[in-house]
Amino acid sequence: MGTTSVQDQSTVTILCCLCGAPITANPSNMCVHCLRSQVDLTQGFPKQCALVYCKFCGRYLVPPKTWVRADLESKELMTICLKRLKRLVKLHLVDAAFVWTEPHSRRIRLRLTVQDEVLNRTILEQSFIVEFVVELQQCADCKREAAKIEAWEAVVQLRQRVDHKRTLFYLEQLILKHNAHEDVLGIRQQKDGLDFYFVHRSHALKFLSFLHNVACVRQRQSNHLVSHDPSNNVYRYKYTFSAEIPPICREDLVYLPPRVATQLGGLSSLLLVHRITNQIRLLDPLTGFEHHIDGATYWRLGLTALMNARRLTAFVVLDVEPVERDPAATSCGHLDQRFRLADATVARAADLGVNDQQFLVRTHLGNILKAGDLVLGYDLVSANLNESDLFESLQSDSLKATLPEIVLVKRGYPQRDRTKQRIWTLRELPKDDGDVGEHRHALREGARVTGRQRDQRDVALERDREEFMQELEQDPELRATVNLYKDPTKFVEDGLGRLGIRYPGDRKWTASERAQGQSRRNVQNANRFDGQRGMNAYAVLEADTDADQSDDYPSVSLDELLDGLDISDDADQGQDAVTS
Amino acid sequence: MALRVQFENNNDIGCFARLTNAYCLVAVGGSEAFYSAFEAELADHIPVIHASVAGCRIIGRLCVGNKHGLLLPSTTNDQELLHIRNSLPESIVVQRVEERLSALGNCIACNDYAALVHTDLDRETEEIIADTLQVETFRQTLAGEALVGSYCYFTNQGGVVHPMCRVEDLDELSGLLQVPLVAGTVNRGSEVIGAGIVANDWLGYCGFATTATELSVVESILKLRTWADNNAYDSSGAFKSALIDALA
Repeated sequence: MGTTSVQDQSTVTILCCLCGAPITANPSNMCVHCLRSQVDLTQGFPKQCALVYCKFCGRYLVPPKTWVRADLESKELMTICLKRLKRLVKLHLVDAAFVWTEPHSRRIRLRLTVQDEVLNRTILEQSFIVEFVVELQQCADCKREAAKIEAWEAVVQLRQRVDHKRTLFYLEQLILKHNAHEDVLGIRQQKDGLDFYFVHRSHALKFLSFLHNVACVRQRQSNHLVSHDPSNNVYRYKYTFSAEIPPICREDLVYLPPRVATQLGGLSSLLLVHRITNQIRLLDPLTGFEHHIDGATYWRLGLTALMNARRLTAFVVLDVEPVERDPAATSCGHLDQRFRLADATVARAADLGVNDQQFLVRTHLGNILKAGDLVLGYDLVSANLNESDLFESLQSDSLKATLPEIVLVKRGYPQRDRTKQRIWTLRELPKDDGDVGEHRHALREGARVTGRQRDQRDVALERDREEFMQELEQDPELRATVNLYKDPTKFVEDGLGRLGIRYPGDRKWTASERAQGQSRRNVQNANRFDGQRGMNAYAVLEADTDADQSDDYPSVSLDELLDGLDISDDADQGQDAVTS
Repeated sequence: MALRVQFENNNDIGCFARLTNAYCLVAVGGSEAFYSAFEAELADHIPVIHASVAGCRIIGRLCVGNKHGLLLPSTTNDQELLHIRNSLPESIVVQRVEERLSALGNCIACNDYAALVHTDLDRETEEIIADTLQVETFRQTLAGEALVGSYCYFTNQGGVVHPMCRVEDLDELSGLLQVPLVAGTVNRGSEVIGAGIVANDWLGYCGFATTATELSVVESILKLRTWADNNAYDSSGAFKSALIDALA
């Protein structure tokens, strides 16, 4: 029954109305050959088309003015080719494939299969070849290069006028994390900051808006007319944007003159800078209240740091007495629950064994400190300050009573080389050393940048970097905002495709040796996670390495770290483009 | 013999003429050449008359008939009816039909013995058809199309039907009608057979666009090829003129 019904469904055989060949009936009632001779789907379709190619950079022009890199017979090239065929939208494209041509023939052949409705509701499919002739033309970028026009049109000068680079390091990490530097042509290290060069002004503006989101940036702009064509009303400028970051950093101590403190709603005079984002968060160490100041207000007031992190003094905590917050005490601002008020009795670490001088200090670190801890703070008693307002305040006894003698900032740790224990590292922006410009500048001034000066600068840079990294280790909240990577030099791959941690104390540490020494070691951290390369990593820490483990220094756990840092990929980016 | 004609540059000649074994109706119109084509071949044998139905020229689609009679739609006015009545021989019954589906030519296809009718046609109309045209009626569809008059054409000799017809439908139909049927096209692939062919038992007309293949299919199934066509001598006994006189 089934087979007969299939046979029953068959339509009768008719003769093709043109050639008389027997066919099964179709809507046009013609055989395919006659139909094809009657209608040509490709009528009016260009069989040859031009494709513009820049041989200097190997990119194809996608009109109106985008240039796209594409290999021969690649998906991208197919897209470019098909986009050139405007009439294709009227047909239904079924298939497209490259027909091989000699690479040097400058011909790209594409076999297209299209369908369309012809006559009465007949769908006809047809294949044909379109030939693209590759024409050579210089792209705009190569033209600029050939004409020796400088590549950059806009530069953003990011500056922070302080004597360390911790904030800049942090900003660098933010830029990397958010990939804000994707349009950057090149980055040049300058004395107080970085110069970011851009090909287009719009890229620079985009970058500036990113900076405005992450920092309190003061922006200035100046244009330099490079050339102009009055008859065509074409002006070419170089745009320079100066983006200045407040010269205060985390953990700095800020003094608010009485007038300003009142203006801001009756704040205390001495405040700690708790965090800097696109607003400045000031913490009152005496009450635990936090106050936010936005960028505009900051620049209007022009606050500067009274003392900065360099001037932190180490104290030893002798006793901590929690203090209940006075419920009647009201203050504008936000109460941070992480802090707890306490009265701490501290003595200078340097004074131990010298004298018995002790200080009773009200601090916000009540739930962090305990007796015997090391704590860092600003010693206002012995400080040599040159803030005139403060000086006046200190003269009057009434005000002096309200000012604390010591402001505790954070928990301290013994100074040791932490680099050996560090299994993580940070990516770096590919920076051009400012030497070229500086050197030229120095020559003009009749001076010379000596090797020693350069060494000094490198030492300072290294010290700032180390400080920043320790800051990251000690502050998980700060760490959460940046990307940390596994240090490839600290990890070795064993035969099983796993990563283990290598310590400098070990000699050449191979997988087999590690297997033998396994019993000796204590597996402290066996976080399993899938990395980019699909490997499982585990950390092997030695229980008896050295005393570093005993000072309960916070460690970065392995699952906070990202895989896939390739040191070599940073090296060559953007180095070549900047000319000055 | 089947001839190619057109009516005012229109290939759908079936709309403008109704040809039976006993009479031929041709539309009133500017195209006297169309009338002449019929008159030249048929005037010696049967009456060829100008007619209109309800003031329209598309008489082929509006009326239906065979050698026994002629059915006209209810829209036909008295004057037209009278003219047709007076022009046709006495033996032919001319009848006006009160039918909702007034394009009788589209809804009915018939020869002198059988008729296919639209499935929705009135039962009364069906009786009138049977009485007037003296045919057996069959309610049928062709390849899913209810307008049997448009999609097929058959005479007492044979018939052409819609090309999308299924094989067993074709067999069933030819069993009902007792004539050989073939699926085919006219007018260069058009499946509207009824509009492309006008034929009786000895003469046929096709639309001007009909190809040689289609024409030969029509001629062979309607048996329009006379003995003379297959012979080297024409009806007057003279040798047929050569296709090519000489190679210049």
